[in-house]
Amino acid sequence: MSALLENKRNQIIAFVALGIFLLILPFLAGMIGQAWVRILNITLLYVMLALGLNVVVGVAGLLDLGYVAFYAVGAYTWALLASNHFDLSYPFWVLLPLGAFLAALAGLMLGAPVLKLRGDYLAIVTLGFGEIIRILMNNLDKVSLPGSDTVYNLTNGPRGVTGIDGLNFFGFKVRQGIEVFGHQVTGLQLYYFVFLAIAILSVWMVYNLQHSRLGRAWQALREDEIAAKAMGINVRNVKLAAFAFGALTGGLAGGLFAAMQGFVSPESFGLLESVMILAMVVLGGMGHIPGVILGAVLLAAMPEVIRYVADENVQQKVFGLVVIAPEVLRNLIFSLAMILIMLYRPRGLWPSPDRKADTGGSAK
Amino acid sequence: MSIDVLLQQIVNGLVVGSVYALVALGYTMVYGILQLINFAHGEIVMIGALAALFVTNALIAVGVPPALALVIAILAAMIICAIVGVSVERIAYRPLRTAPRLAPLITAIGVSIFLQQIAILVFGRNYFTFPEIIPKTPMQFGAVIVTPNEIVIFVTSLLLMAGLLFLVNKTKIGTAMRATAEDQKVAGLMGIDINKIIAFTFAIGSGLGAVAGVMVASNYGQAHYFMGFMLGLKAFTAAVMGGIGNLWGAMVGGLILGLVENVGLMFVRGDYKDIFAFVVLVLVLIFRPQGLIGEKVAERA
Repeated sequence: MSALLENKRNQIIAFVALGIFLLILPFLAGMIGQAWVRILNITLLYVMLALGLNVVVGVAGLLDLGYVAFYAVGAYTWALLASNHFDLSYPFWVLLPLGAFLAALAGLMLGAPVLKLRGDYLAIVTLGFGEIIRILMNNLDKVSLPGSDTVYNLTNGPRGVTGIDGLNFFGFKVRQGIEVFGHQVTGLQLYYFVFLAIAILSVWMVYNLQHSRLGRAWQALREDEIAAKAMGINVRNVKLAAFAFGALTGGLAGGLFAAMQGFVSPESFGLLESVMILAMVVLGGMGHIPGVILGAVLLAAMPEVIRYVADENVQQKVFGLVVIAPEVLRNLIFSLAMILIMLYRPRGLWPSPDRKADTGGSAK
Repeated sequence: MSIDVLLQQIVNGLVVGSVYALVALGYTMVYGILQLINFAHGEIVMIGALAALFVTNALIAVGVPPALALVIAILAAMIICAIVGVSVERIAYRPLRTAPRLAPLITAIGVSIFLQQIAILVFGRNYFTFPEIIPKTPMQFGAVIVTPNEIVIFVTSLLLMAGLLFLVNKTKIGTAMRATAEDQKVAGLMGIDINKIIAFTFAIGSGLGAVAGVMVASNYGQAHYFMGFMLGLKAFTAAVMGGIGNLWGAMVGGLILGLVENVGLMFVRGDYKDIFAFVVLVLVLIFRPQGLIGEKVAERA
């Protein structure tokens, strides 16, 4: 495989084939059902999230267990400013940058107090931060200022925000889809192309960043913080930049999520979600962009595929009766896969070829 | 906001905190030796609670006196949890001892989901009522109300913690545990069977977790397959707050977390209780990055 890819022409052919595949994928999925297009879109969002977290965990070596908080900030920014909850309807070119900016701000807010912490202390604080954001979203539906009886409903609590505007390009509503040469392209398929474009943009950005001066500083930080400091790297700023950039990507993905779903609730932003994104990064191969993308695609798509395989009807056909509730079976297979992949490929499925030691793998 | 309410909340906090402390000990012992966040520990606590619940009910059903049934059930739960804990270590953590540090964390998360699903298969999804064996009749001490159940919980956890401290500090196997935590390689050279000691640590931690699970279940009167999640999270918070890897830290952290949560309820709405715990954690760590009584480690990340 790698020998094949050495050849420049084969590389180009592979790239073109991949491109064509990605372009027709939503139509193939659409033939099975629009639900599968939605799964594709969610997978693309996970790719963005995993890329963002990869910068924090994989490149800079800062263990973040509350990453979904930034996704939530982006999603709620869009949801609150473009829905009938407050009767607002800002356009996407305000909402997306604002959501990303607010998420980055949240990243700095989280990063500043925890700069001195390392390793697992950092993990628990970020985890706590993620929970704080989720609990706030759950409870900010009945805010009252001291000394006043007026109750404000900021987030609509556990019921979530509904009726959120989709992506509108200057009057053109993406959600409604479009007809091209008599062929109906659904809204979800259009979202796919938007997400694909942004995901490719993220890959390009992360790649360039990783190979920039800042990226090399992150890697130095990951390998040995004290040595990095001695080399004149401003550890504080470099760490904050990692947090901010990771958060920015998360916020962007969050806005897109809200736009596609039209509905957000705190339930989508639990700890398990953070853990899943972290698992994508580690399972795929930390710090290695193709690996991380593989991890994201695998973990995002796997539950859906297993859902299909573990379906009651399939069990009925094979065993003649429903042995295990499909959802339980799905989670069992999923968790076993996570354990087995890590046991057999401790450095991830597709680790970076040039890294012998891995994040935090200090000599023990 | 009278002094009576404060006293009452302090008592409630000590009871909850002592349970947190027991669970936190399980986290901190494993962390001390392997530098691993054993994410599955909360699930082991849950399995302990559910196992004890089912054994108690089964024994009562065949006519065993309730008190005896509870004692047998707790012992059974401890053994089951010890077996689960040791197996988890053997299968999911041991092969990864030299792997990159995040790899065992991911398997731990996988194990956690796996154990939850197994619990659904074995016990079911329902909320089960825990039989009231130690009475919960309120007793008045001045302005403070305590139930016998709460007293038993608090005293038992203190006894268990004292027992653990004795084990770790005064016995031969405890010395071996401390040596292993200090430096596995050198401990091995001194003739200590590292694998045995680590398995033993998991067994002890899981056994304590089982008792803690029974305590939570009897305190709130119910148990279900998801109860380990938040409890584990809180206990881990407590362990970190006290200084992870340090036994005293876990105990102090657990008690303080319980106190902070319950006394905090006087000032904030119940919905924000969990936020309060995490805010206190962040504040503690800002001023003492190594935890309340953790030792200062130069570079361990």
